[in-house]
Order: sequence, then C-alpha cells, then structure tokens
Amino acid sequence: MKLLIIAGPPSGGKTVVIRQIIKNLPEGSLPAFLKIDVVHATEDEELAEEFGIPVKKVYSGDVCPDHMGILVLDDALHWAESLSRNILIIESAGLCLRCTPYTTHSLGIAVVSSISGTNSPFKMAPLLALADVAVVTKTDLVSQAEKEVFRESIRKVVPDIDIVETNAIQGTGLRYLMRRIVNQPEIGQDPIMLRGSPPLGVCTICIGKKEIGWKNHFGVIRPLDMPEPLYRGD
Amino acid sequence: MTQQFTLTIESGRNRLGEQEGFDRIEIRPGDTLSIVGPTGSGKSALINDIENLAQGDTITGRRILINGEEPPEAFVREPAFKPISLITQNTRCLADLSVEEFLLMHIRARRPGRDDLLDETINLANTFTGEEISLKSRMSGLSGGQTRSLMIADALVIGDTPILLLDEIENAGIFKDRVIQSLQRGNKAVILVTHDPYLALTAGRRIVMRYGGVSSVIEPTGQEQDLIEDLAVVEDRLHLIREQLRLGASFSSDSSSGSSSGSSEVLIAAVEQGFQLNRV
Repeated sequence: MKLLIIAGPPSGGKTVVIRQIIKNLPEGSLPAFLKIDVVHATEDEELAEEFGIPVKKVYSGDVCPDHMGILVLDDALHWAESLSRNILIIESAGLCLRCTPYTTHSLGIAVVSSISGTNSPFKMAPLLALADVAVVTKTDLVSQAEKEVFRESIRKVVPDIDIVETNAIQGTGLRYLMRRIVNQPEIGQDPIMLRGSPPLGVCTICIGKKEIGWKNHFGVIRPLDMPEPLYRGD
Repeated sequence: MTQQFTLTIESGRNRLGEQEGFDRIEIRPGDTLSIVGPTGSGKSALINDIENLAQGDTITGRRILINGEEPPEAFVREPAFKPISLITQNTRCLADLSVEEFLLMHIRARRPGRDDLLDETINLANTFTGEEISLKSRMSGLSGGQTRSLMIADALVIGDTPILLLDEIENAGIFKDRVIQSLQRGNKAVILVTHDPYLALTAGRRIVMRYGGVSSVIEPTGQEQDLIEDLAVVEDRLHLIREQLRLGASFSSDSSSGSSSGSSEVLIAAVEQGFQLNRV
C-alpha cells in the first residue's frame, strides 16, 4: 500500500489537488481516503460520491487534529488494507501550520496557495520543511513574476523541496506530482514513524478545560517565568 | 540571453471536442502574433498552455515543442531556465514586499547575480506609467497601471526571454505605444492577446479563437495595409486626446474637430510638455 499525507492551511486547495490525484491515478489504483478535521468537513462525502471510493472522517473536537491523525493512522492503514485498497490518502485539517504530520514511508505533500502572501512559507516552515513536495495552487490568480517570487520564498525555507505549481481546478502542471506518486514505494513492513515532532499539545487545555493559569492544568505546562515547558502529571 | 530557437504549437481540441483549425504553428524570434476572439473563447488558455509548455496534459490537449522536441523539464519548472515571460492581466500584486525586495527576489529566481538589473527595470517601468513608482513603494499598494508597467518592465529586463506573452496590455491605462516600442527591441517572439484592432492587425499573424480552441490562423497578405494606415491616424488622435484629458484639458468644438493641422500641433506641443512635467 502507498501512503499519501496531504497537509496545508485551510482553503489552500488540498481537496482540489486530491480530486486531481484520484482522477489521474494509474490503472489498477484503488484509493481510500481519510479526512481529519476539527468540527466540520464534507470532503469525504464529496469524494465518495464523485469517485465511489471508501472514505472515512475523524473529528478531533477539542484535541489537536494532527495529534488525532497520528493516533488513528495505524488503524486507518489496517482499515484500507482490509478493503484491499492499495493507496491511502490522508487529508489533514491544516490549522496551526506548526504541524508536521508526514511519516516515514509516506509521500508528504504540502499544499499552499500562491495568494497566501510572500512570507507565508516562513510562517509555515515546519509544514514545508519535512514535506517531499510543495504543491503551489491558484497560480492562475497571480502574475508570472509573483508566482516565481513565491517559489523563491519557498526555496529560502526549504532549498531542495520539489515544487509543483498548478491551477489545480484545471490540473495544469500536476504531471510532476503524479510522477512522484507513481514512483512512490509501498509502505512495506518497517515501522512507520513521524518524521518530526509535532507541537506539544497533550494537556488539559487540549481536551477542553477552560480555566486559565498553569496551576489548573496537567500535561505540558509552563509558568511565565520558566524558560521551558515542563510535564506535570503521572 | 536570447537564444535562437523555434517554438511549435501542436493543435489540440476545442470545447466541442473538435480538432483545432491548424496543424502546427511555428514561432521564431522576431515574429509577432496576435490572438483575437470573443471573451471566453480560450485566448488566455492558449497563452497559459504556451507558458506551461503543455504536453497534452491540459484541457485542450495541445503540445508545445521547442526546437521540434519536448522541452527539458527545467524549461518548465526552473525560472532561471524558462525561455518564456508571461505578462498576465493581473493588475494587483499580493506580495507583501516593497518593489525593491520583490524585484531582487525575482532577479534571484531568474538571473542570479544580476542585482544591477534593478535600476534598469524600475527606470523602464517609469517610462510606461504616468505616476512614478519608487523602489520603496509596497507592491500591494501600486495602482493597476503601475503594477502592469512594472510587470512588463520585469519581463523585458529581468526575464529577457526569447518569447514574450502578453495578455491584453491595452487595458491598463499605460503608455501602450512605448510598451510596443520596447517589445520590438531585442529580436523576441511576441504573442499578444488583444481586443485592440490596431495591435491585432499589425501583428505578423493573427490567431482567431472560438469555443475554447483556435478556429483559424490568418497570415495577412498586405491587403489590410490601407486599414492599418487609417487606424494609425485614428490611434494617434485618440492618444493625443486621451493624454490631454488626463492633464485636465477641456475642448472647444474647434479644437476637437481635428481637421486643422494647426490644432493638432498645439495638442502635440501640450502633450509633450505634459510628459516632461510628469517625468520630473
């Protein structure tokens, strides 16, 4: 089975890119799709209706969606395998931009919009740095010069990343992404590990406690005058 | 930078699924082609196919070859190797950068080590626009005309590619005639989408679009020459009146009749004076 993990800010075009991926997969590909979001998502239903593929959705509610994604990933692979699928596509919620949901043995795809501002690649550096491919969407809405300056901005953050520019609605330029997907190896038997550490989020704020002040919380906490966070609890 | 080569468009299909009205179009340095057609007829899609060096992977199925072959990947993906500059219809730049930072980043992408092109670019841009652009201006704060002037200068100086694509340059309120003069320098192939009759007719070839595809390619035989000359007179006159209006003129019925050469000379003198003032 191949594993594709797709991350990026909301409204950047992740689902449009996924739609093109599914449409252009080589003969014999049997995709399954998992959407992880916080409180609302309809992508799974849309893709199931359009392509007739098995889909699943997980709402993370009060927990960081990328933490949730990490927790359910193993089960998701088993789910796709039990349905004899050979490619699992995971779409992250894309919220804090500090997330690095990519794992070993997967193809990590960061989707960013070319209209998100020249400095946005710096702001989402962790999301880009550990990805294999940066797909830059909505290039039809900017001038060629601006598109190239945006590309330069990504290059500054991650000099060697594979950049694919596209008007994803039309599908222009995605042949290079499809080539990466075709050449992506199967996950194999090795354990799948996160490529980087996601931001710490396992604390009592994450699960919905509303009190302010570290004295009211457990997990990873931080008093104001302490230089580093510490773990409080069992 | 300008290399000698041939760009070939191999035909695809229009929105109705019909083969386009040509087999292949070959374009060489120094050629000019205009693209005409109603809105929605596929003009911008055609120049986007060329810019992307499409290989049958866009909605039209066209293929774009360079020197008769599929171009190397770097021509498509690496700005430093891309032989094509495209000036789109965008009249806004969203980059959160000053003009200087923007141009320097673009130089780094297209022409690493040539920071000296910065001044040349801004100076050329300022010959196209009435209100001067400063290096310290924010890109997002430029007017529509300033943005397009800067993008055209950027394509000519920083891009300096053998192929130049322009999408409706006439719509930005900039000095079109000076833009055209600049385009004609440097033995480039120029392909322009236009609704302007004079620009459309003066191009060496005219591509006519319909239903998302090329319906025909017209190669003028010289029979349109009289029409072009008539239009040139109309163009000159429109230009003069436009510039006068921009400088706050009002017209009496005498000076707007246009039949006496005397009033035209007065107009020209006033306009030239206006330009001088503008450029200080």
